[in-house]
Amino acid sequence: MCRGKAVIAVRRHNANFCRPHFLEHVRRQVERTIEDYKMFGVDDRMILGVSGGKDSLALWDILTGLGYRVDGVYLHLGIGEYSSESLNLSQAFAHVRGLNLDVVDLTAEYGFAIPQAAAASRRTPCSACGLSKRYSLNRIAGERGYDVLVMGHNLDDEAATLFSNVLGWNVEYLGRQHPVLPANGEGLCRKVKPLIRVAERETAAYAILSGIEYEVEECPMATGNTINRYKEWLNRLEEQSPGIKANFLFGFLERGSPLFEMSDHIALRNCSNCGQPTTGDVCAFCRLQQVTITRKHER
Amino acid sequence: MKIILRNPRREVELSGVRRVAEVFRRLDLVPESYLVIRSGELVTPEESVSDEDVLELRPVISGG
Repeated sequence: MCRGKAVIAVRRHNANFCRPHFLEHVRRQVERTIEDYKMFGVDDRMILGVSGGKDSLALWDILTGLGYRVDGVYLHLGIGEYSSESLNLSQAFAHVRGLNLDVVDLTAEYGFAIPQAAAASRRTPCSACGLSKRYSLNRIAGERGYDVLVMGHNLDDEAATLFSNVLGWNVEYLGRQHPVLPANGEGLCRKVKPLIRVAERETAAYAILSGIEYEVEECPMATGNTINRYKEWLNRLEEQSPGIKANFLFGFLERGSPLFEMSDHIALRNCSNCGQPTTGDVCAFCRLQQVTITRKHER
Repeated sequence: MKIILRNPRREVELSGVRRVAEVFRRLDLVPESYLVIRSGELVTPEESVSDEDVLELRPVISGG
């Protein structure tokens, strides 16, 4: 029995942890997830989507601590001071640890930033941002010869997304919600989420207890974000029934997910504009880019 | 005691609170959505607090 001072209570494990045991616990959860889902091996070339937030920086710290060689890529979204500060935190993290961080600027690369895309399209800022991240990170990983794209989605991210997809019965999305999305050989890079066993509160605690400086302020464009509201509701349920978020997500992955997999079997083709995989003629990202740039030129 | 909240950043004064868990009840906040930091250290809901303490309630929910 540990007599160290408790720094965090994790009610779903019915346990209080001292600092060293908590850090070890989180690392073990990630290690177990990588093994259980056969996510990657030490020889794979991996690139991590880095935002400067707690999840991606904690995950980078954990993976390098476990002996994996992982490069990072920061996508500059052009959201004013918030993006500049997130970039500084990401670069400082990489610099101190001697890690490779590539910076890709959405405006320089594609001619628009997220605030412009949100204003020009019918998408919410978070929707335009999510689409831009998925597209850009997959493209970068593929073009630069990485085997695996690693993402920092945590248990709460996945549970809230699942909740949203169930509320809307988005069967295609339900068929695609998995900790590992395999490469398809036609432009989709293998994508993995090693943090899915770690709750959002725990990744934040890991970052703080490890001395990781991360972006604490919420993105100014995410005010009223639906997924964040679902997270708050799920946390209220978690308070009443510890473990309910993990049961919801892992119950789905074990028993629900296979029922939806057929819904995901949609033929992909190459976007006629950029060549990236899509279900239609022009991919959603190129359509977003076109409408945003057209609107810019109209002004 | 001084409570520091974020997003947006603001401060709240509370008095007569004996444990961290009571702070959440008084402010009607969900503990699962926050970490509590006192003098740079994380503290658990069972931890004793006094009127002289400064607590940061750091939100953990963030967009993907």
